[in-house]
Amino acid sequence: MNPRPLASLIAGIARTVSGVQVTWRDGLPNAKQSIFFANHTSHLDFVVLWSSLPREFRTVTRPVAAQDYWNHGLRRTVAVGVFNALLIPRRHENGSVEAQARETIDRIAAGMEDRYSLIIFPEGTRGTGEEVAPFKSGLYHLCRQKPGVQLIPAYLENLNRILPKGEFLPVPFISRLTFGSALGFDPDEPKYDFLTRARDAVCALRTR
Amino acid sequence: MTPFWQRVDPPLMWAGAGILGLLVVATLVGLALQAAIRAPSARATIDNLNQRIRAWWGLCIIFGLTLVVGPTGSLVLFGLLSFLALREYLTLVETRRADHHTLFWTFFIFTPLQYYLLSLRWSGFVIVIPVYAFLFLPAIMAIAGDTRGFLERAAKIQWGLMICVYCLSYAPALLMLDIPGYGPNAKLLLFLATVDQLSDVLQYVWGKLAGRHPIAPSVSPNKTWEGFVGGVLSATAIGTALWWLTPFSPWAAAAISLMIALLGFAGGLVMSAIKRDRGVKDYGSIIKGHGGILDRVDSMIFAAPVFFHVVRFFYALH
Repeated sequence: MNPRPLASLIAGIARTVSGVQVTWRDGLPNAKQSIFFANHTSHLDFVVLWSSLPREFRTVTRPVAAQDYWNHGLRRTVAVGVFNALLIPRRHENGSVEAQARETIDRIAAGMEDRYSLIIFPEGTRGTGEEVAPFKSGLYHLCRQKPGVQLIPAYLENLNRILPKGEFLPVPFISRLTFGSALGFDPDEPKYDFLTRARDAVCALRTR
Repeated sequence: MTPFWQRVDPPLMWAGAGILGLLVVATLVGLALQAAIRAPSARATIDNLNQRIRAWWGLCIIFGLTLVVGPTGSLVLFGLLSFLALREYLTLVETRRADHHTLFWTFFIFTPLQYYLLSLRWSGFVIVIPVYAFLFLPAIMAIAGDTRGFLERAAKIQWGLMICVYCLSYAPALLMLDIPGYGPNAKLLLFLATVDQLSDVLQYVWGKLAGRHPIAPSVSPNKTWEGFVGGVLSATAIGTALWWLTPFSPWAAAAISLMIALLGFAGGLVMSAIKRDRGVKDYGSIIKGHGGILDRVDSMIFAAPVFFHVVRFFYALH
């Protein structure tokens, strides 16, 4: 299975539609296993961020997507076949909330193996674009399981204007994507402090 | 079928050859400057100059090809320019979530509609945006229900449509005029574009060489009296010398060229004022060395409608 030609085509379309202007504040990262984490305002966020990565990164960068939505028919073909998405369950039939969360993190960590990078949106849901919501703790737990992985913050601007939550038709604004410098991770840092620091790193990349 | 060079009007071909010669000369001058001047302080200016010259090659080739293809080619080109200019403008101004549908209509209905009407050669193209879009868009916005800054938001979107689409569409509208004993009208569009863009370039060149006294320092430190006078006068001289491309007498060509250059200057100044207000240097980065589409067509936006009116009033059949 070689999904690359289709993926490159989709990347090209995404870059044209979003007119995205990409800035790497700290230069291109070393080709090292990474977690790219960004603010979330639009269905286009993942595909624009993924399209903006250099080709050698794209082939080893997987999105995390909800299994219940993406595991059927054409959606599955796109998610798994083209983007090699890591599908995770949102709801389990039984077990406590903590156990579910732990299992989800375990699955994500396992899906990364020792070569895949991830794109995640730690707010957990799409916002309005005015404020970045507090981060969910999944990012922290994932970092504890994968301490050697490079953490790269990113800020996506104007995608909420192109395709806001609840709209079907896009309006072609020019968007902007800024990648920041890698964030350090210390397993002894309290969860809340780390999540605040990670969120601040994303917000600091906002240009307007 | 006759090969295309036999179908091209001789004056049009001569003008094309002249532009090609100009590009070659500019490229050689650029290379000479790059080789001769090593001072680090001048480096950035010369690199930018060469980047601009390279971009000019692309712009001239695209413009030339669409002119040769015929009116459809120019309409598609200017339609695309309008769309991209509008995109740059609206990205820069503030809009709200409730404007989504208004913006969708602006981009995907009114912009193509304007150029579609031109392709039908229907003179009603002059009222669709200023009357119908002007009334329709605020209505859509009111239905969306968000009243905060309503007047300001409606005005900004309407103004974007006026300058990026309506005013710019007057340039290819020249191709639709019926001028007795004159044609093809592609020569008229080439004349407007040449005088207007050369005026811009020559104002830049004169400004770099002799510029001392800024005209409006708070708007643009690069626009100087020396650049303005030198650029406008040399563009007028070139326009006069190109009278054979037009239905004008040499004197009329001089007056009309002066008018194009002055209006072009006003357009550049107004579009700069918007950039200063929004705190940016360029509208975009799509044309290397120049900035965005709007940075390139700002002078055309003001010159095209008035040029169209003058030609229509004095030279065309009504």
